[in-house]
Amino acid sequence: MAEKFIHFKIKRQDGPNAYAYWEEFKMPYSPAHNVVSCLMYLREHPVNINGDRVEPVVWDSNCMEEVCGACSMIINGTPRQACSALIDELEQPITLEPMTKFPLIRDLMVDRSRMFEALMKIKAWIPVDGSWDIHRHAPLISPNEQSVRYIFSRCMTCGCCMEACPQFHPDSKFIGPAPIGQAKLHNSHPTGKFFKEDRLHVLMDEGGITDCGNAQNCIKVCPKDIPLTDAIGEIGRQTTMQWLRDMFVK
Amino acid sequence: MWPAEPKSTDYCRAAHRLGVPGRLEGVARKSETMAAKPRIIVVGGGLGGLWATLRIAEQGVPVDLFSLFPVKRSHSCCAQGGINAVLDVKGQDDSIWQHIVDTIKGGDYLADQPPIKNLCEEAPGLIRTYDRMGVTFSRTPEGIMDQRLFGGVKNKRTAFAGATTGQQLLYTVDEQVRYHESLGTVTKYEGWDFLSLVLDDNGVARGVTAMELSSSKVQAFKADAVIIATGGLALTYGRSTMSSNSTGAPAARVYQQGAKCANNEFIQFHPTGMPGHDKNRLMSEACRGEGGRIWVPRKKGDNRDPRDIPEEERFYFLEEWYPAYGNTVPRDVASRAICRAVRHMGLGLNGQDVVYLDLTHQPREFLERRLGGILEMYRTFAGEDPCERPMKIFPATHYSMGGIWVDFEKDSQTGAMARISPRNHATSVPGLYACGECDFAYHGANRLGANSLLSASFSGRVAGDSAVAYIKNLSRTGNGTPDSAYQSEQKRQEEINSGIMTCDGGENAFTLHHQLGDLMRECVFVERDNEGLDKALQGIKQLKERSRKISLDHKSNWGNQSLSWARQIQDMIVLAEVIAKGARLRDECRGSHYKAEFELKVPEGKFEGDPEYEKYKAKWKANNDKWLKHTIATHTENGPEISYKEVDISVLPPTKPRDYR
Ligand SMILES: Cc1cc2nc3c(=O)[nH]c(=O)nc-3n(C[C@H](O)[C@H](O)[C@H](O)COP(=O)(O)OP(=O)(O)OC[C@H]3O[C@@H](n4cnc5c(N)ncnc54)[C@H](O)[C@@H]3O)c2cc1C
Ligand code: SF4
Ligand code: SF4
Ligand code: FES
Repeated sequence: MAEKFIHFKIKRQDGPNAYAYWEEFKMPYSPAHNVVSCLMYLREHPVNINGDRVEPVVWDSNCMEEVCGACSMIINGTPRQACSALIDELEQPITLEPMTKFPLIRDLMVDRSRMFEALMKIKAWIPVDGSWDIHRHAPLISPNEQSVRYIFSRCMTCGCCMEACPQFHPDSKFIGPAPIGQAKLHNSHPTGKFFKEDRLHVLMDEGGITDCGNAQNCIKVCPKDIPLTDAIGEIGRQTTMQWLRDMFVK
Repeated sequence: MWPAEPKSTDYCRAAHRLGVPGRLEGVARKSETMAAKPRIIVVGGGLGGLWATLRIAEQGVPVDLFSLFPVKRSHSCCAQGGINAVLDVKGQDDSIWQHIVDTIKGGDYLADQPPIKNLCEEAPGLIRTYDRMGVTFSRTPEGIMDQRLFGGVKNKRTAFAGATTGQQLLYTVDEQVRYHESLGTVTKYEGWDFLSLVLDDNGVARGVTAMELSSSKVQAFKADAVIIATGGLALTYGRSTMSSNSTGAPAARVYQQGAKCANNEFIQFHPTGMPGHDKNRLMSEACRGEGGRIWVPRKKGDNRDPRDIPEEERFYFLEEWYPAYGNTVPRDVASRAICRAVRHMGLGLNGQDVVYLDLTHQPREFLERRLGGILEMYRTFAGEDPCERPMKIFPATHYSMGGIWVDFEKDSQTGAMARISPRNHATSVPGLYACGECDFAYHGANRLGANSLLSASFSGRVAGDSAVAYIKNLSRTGNGTPDSAYQSEQKRQEEINSGIMTCDGGENAFTLHHQLGDLMRECVFVERDNEGLDKALQGIKQLKERSRKISLDHKSNWGNQSLSWARQIQDMIVLAEVIAKGARLRDECRGSHYKAEFELKVPEGKFEGDPEYEKYKAKWKANNDKWLKHTIATHTENGPEISYKEVDISVLPPTKPRDYR
C-alpha cells in the first residue's frame, strides 16, 4: 500500500516588508489530524517538499478547541479556524494563507489589534459602579433574551467575518461586522443599554453602519454561526431611531 | 464620574506587537518616567490577572498588563462547566458552610482553611458582580440565574453560561478592563513573554524583564509590585486538556529566582478527556452532572457496536463501586476507577486506554440545551454525534492544585483570611504576588469541579487589593532602584537568548517536549509508585542536560516562535522535577496523589463503631500526623530541596476519613 501523505501549500512571508512566496510540505498521514496539529508536526520537522530544512512556519493558536479565536487563517480559500479544520474533510493539497485584511507579522500570523480597538470605541462593556458586591443581581433576564445574547457573546474576535467583508480592509474606515454584533449584544442588556446612545453615535459616524454594503459574506464564514446580518439590521433600525431622536432634541 | 470619555484610545497596542521602532522607544521612555508614580505589573490576563488588574485600576493605580497574546484568548476561555457559589435557589437548603466543607474535604484537608472560608463566603457576591457586569448566565423561566449539579457535591451549586462559562466570564472581565484601558489606567503588553523578575539588592521584586514575541527584543520594566497570574502547567505532561501555552514556565522562572513552590505533586487528571494528537480535549464534568454514565463492556474484548450491547452486559463501574454518588464521584476517584477498569481489569475498549461516556439515554433537546457547546466540540473533533453514540474518553492531565506558595494573614476574630492585607497572596519573594491557577491555594490535594473559575477570579481580586496595600506601605518606589539593576537583568536575559540562538547541540525543542510528556504520563500519572518516580527523576535529569543543547530551526529574530518555546521547555523540565520529587517523597495517598503501596483501605462493609473500622481510622490519623503537610520546594542548583510546612486546619479539622461509598 502506498504511504499516505498530507500535502500542504503554504503562503509564507518572513516579515511585514518581505516578499510573499509559496512553500509546499508533505507529512505522513494519520487520522484525526487538524491543520494546527499538522503545523505542530511541521515545526518539529520543518522540511519542505524539496527536502530542504527551512525555518518553521509561524502561526497563532492556543485553545485547540475553537474557542479562543487565535488560529484564523485562509484554508483552501476560506477564512476559518485552523484547529477545527480536520484534514479528512479538506481537499489536498491544502492551501494555507494568512488573512489579508490585517497587518501581517510573519507567515500565517497577523495583528488583529484593530478589532480590539473597535471594541473600545463602541464601549463594549456594561457600566457598573465597581467590581464590588452591591448585594444585588442584574435585573431579571428571560431565558429567551439570554439565549439571544448568548449567541452574540460567543464572538471570539477571530476576524473571519472581517476578512470576508468586502467593505473592511486596511484602507477603509469601516468598523466591520464583529463590533456591530457586539454593539447589539451590549445594547440589549438591561443596564448595558444605558450606553446605547454612545454606541449608536459611533456607528452613525464615519466608518459606521452605513458603510456596510449588505453583501452578507460575513455571516457565511463565522465559525460560531453568529447572525451578524440580524445585528446589522437591528443596529440599522436603532441608528435610524437615534437619528430621529437627535433631530427632535436639536 | 462614570461613564467617562475615553482619553487615550489612540495608544497603539499594535505598536508593541509589531515592534514599530519609533513607538517602541516611546514605550520604553514612558515606563521609565512613569516609575515616579507607583505602578504595578500584572503578568497574565486570564481570569486571575484580569481581576487583579481591574481591582488595582479601580483604585487609580496604573497597571502594566503582560500577556503572550491578546488577553481575550487566555486559557480561561476553555472552561466549559461552570462556577460554584451558594445561591440556594434550588430548594435544597444549600449553605455556604456546606460549600466550605465540600472544598476542604474535597481537597483532602491539604489546603490552608482560613482563605477557603473567604472564598466560599464571598462567592455569591462575586457571582452577583459578574451578573451585573453582564455575563450571559443561563436562566430559569423566572429569569434568575440557573444552577446545576457538578462532581463531588450533592447540591446544585454551579452557575453556568451555556457550555462556555469560562469564555463568558473572561470576556466580561476583559470588557471591564478595556474600560480602564480607555481611561489610560491600564496599559497592555500583549504579545510579550515574561522572562524574569528584576530584584533589588534586598531581593525585593522591582520590575520584570519581558521579550516581545514578534521581534525577540528583551526589555526591562519598572514596577513597585508584580503579580503573576500565568495559569496552569499541564503542558509538562505533553498533551493535556489545556491550551498550548499553559506551560507553567513563568512560575518556574520566579521559582528559580527564589519564590517557593508548594504541593506541586498534586495534579488533577480529568477523568473524561478525549484522547487526541495535539491535545486531549475535555468533555466537561457537566456531562456526568447531566446524567452521563461511564461504562465498559463486561466482557473483555467485546468489540460490538456500543449500541448493540444490552444493558446487562454493560459494566457501569462507577455506579456499582460508589452507589451513593455514582457517576458524580470526585475527579480523582473517577480517574482511578477508570484506570482500574482499564489497566488492571483489562476492560478498555479494544484493549486500549478508552472507556465510554454515555449520554444517549437523554433526550436530544435536553442535551442540546444543557450541553450544546460541549457536544458540538465532540462532533467537530471526533466526527461523531454524542446524542447517538457514546463518547470515547480517558483521564487527561487537567489542573495543577499546587503551585507558587502564597501567604495569608489570619483575622483572629473571624478565623478567616483578613479582608485586606499585604500578606494575602504574597509569595516568598517580597513584592511578588501570585493568583489564579499558578498559585497553590484553596484546592489542597484535589479541586472540586467549578471551584477554580471561582478561585481564579477571587484570588485575582485579593491579590490586586494586596498589591495596592503593599505599595502604600512601601518606603521607596521602584525608581529608587538603580537603573543598573534593570540593565544587568536585561543583559542576563539577552545572553540567555543569544546562547540558545547560537547553540549547535542538535537537540530539538519540540521533540524534547514530547519526550518529557511521555515520561510524565508514564511515571507521574494517576497511579504512581516509587520505582516509576525514580525512573522519572532520572529521565528528567537527562532531559535537563539535553535541553541545554537545543538547536533552533528559526535563525532570525523576527517572528521566532522557537526561541520562546526553547526557553519554555527548559522551564517545564524544572517544574517536572519539582512535581516528580514531591511525589517521590510523599509516601501516602491523598487526593489526586495515589500510591497503591501506601493506600489505607477502608475495611469493606464496615462503618463507624466497628472495631475494624476504628483500627483503620487510627492508621488514618497516624498518617495525617505524618503527611498532612504542605510540600515546599526551594530551588537549588542541584534541583529542588523539599521541606514540609504545617497546614492551617483551624476551620474544620479532619476527624473522619473521606468516604464516597
Ligand atoms: C478544558 C478546561 C475546562 C475547564 N473547566 C472549568 C470549569 O468548568 N470550571 C472551573 O471552575 N474551572 C475549569 N477549568 C479550570 C480553569 O479554567 C482554570 O483553572 C482557570 O481558568 C485559570 O485561570 P488563570 O487566570 O489562572 O490562567 P489562564 O486563563 O490560563 O491565563 C494565563 C495568562 O497568563 C499569560 N501568560 C502565560 N505565560 C506567560 C508569559 N511567559 N508571559 C506573559 N504572560 C503569560 C497568558 O497570556 C494568559 O493571559 C477548566 C480547565 C480546562 C483545561
Ligand atoms: S453584510 Fe456588511 S458587514 Fe457583512 S460582509 Fe457584507 S458589507 Fe461586510
Ligand atoms: S462574529 Fe464570528 S467570525 Fe466574526 S469575529 Fe466573531 S466569532 Fe469571528
Ligand atoms: S486555537 Fe483557539 S480557536 Fe483555534
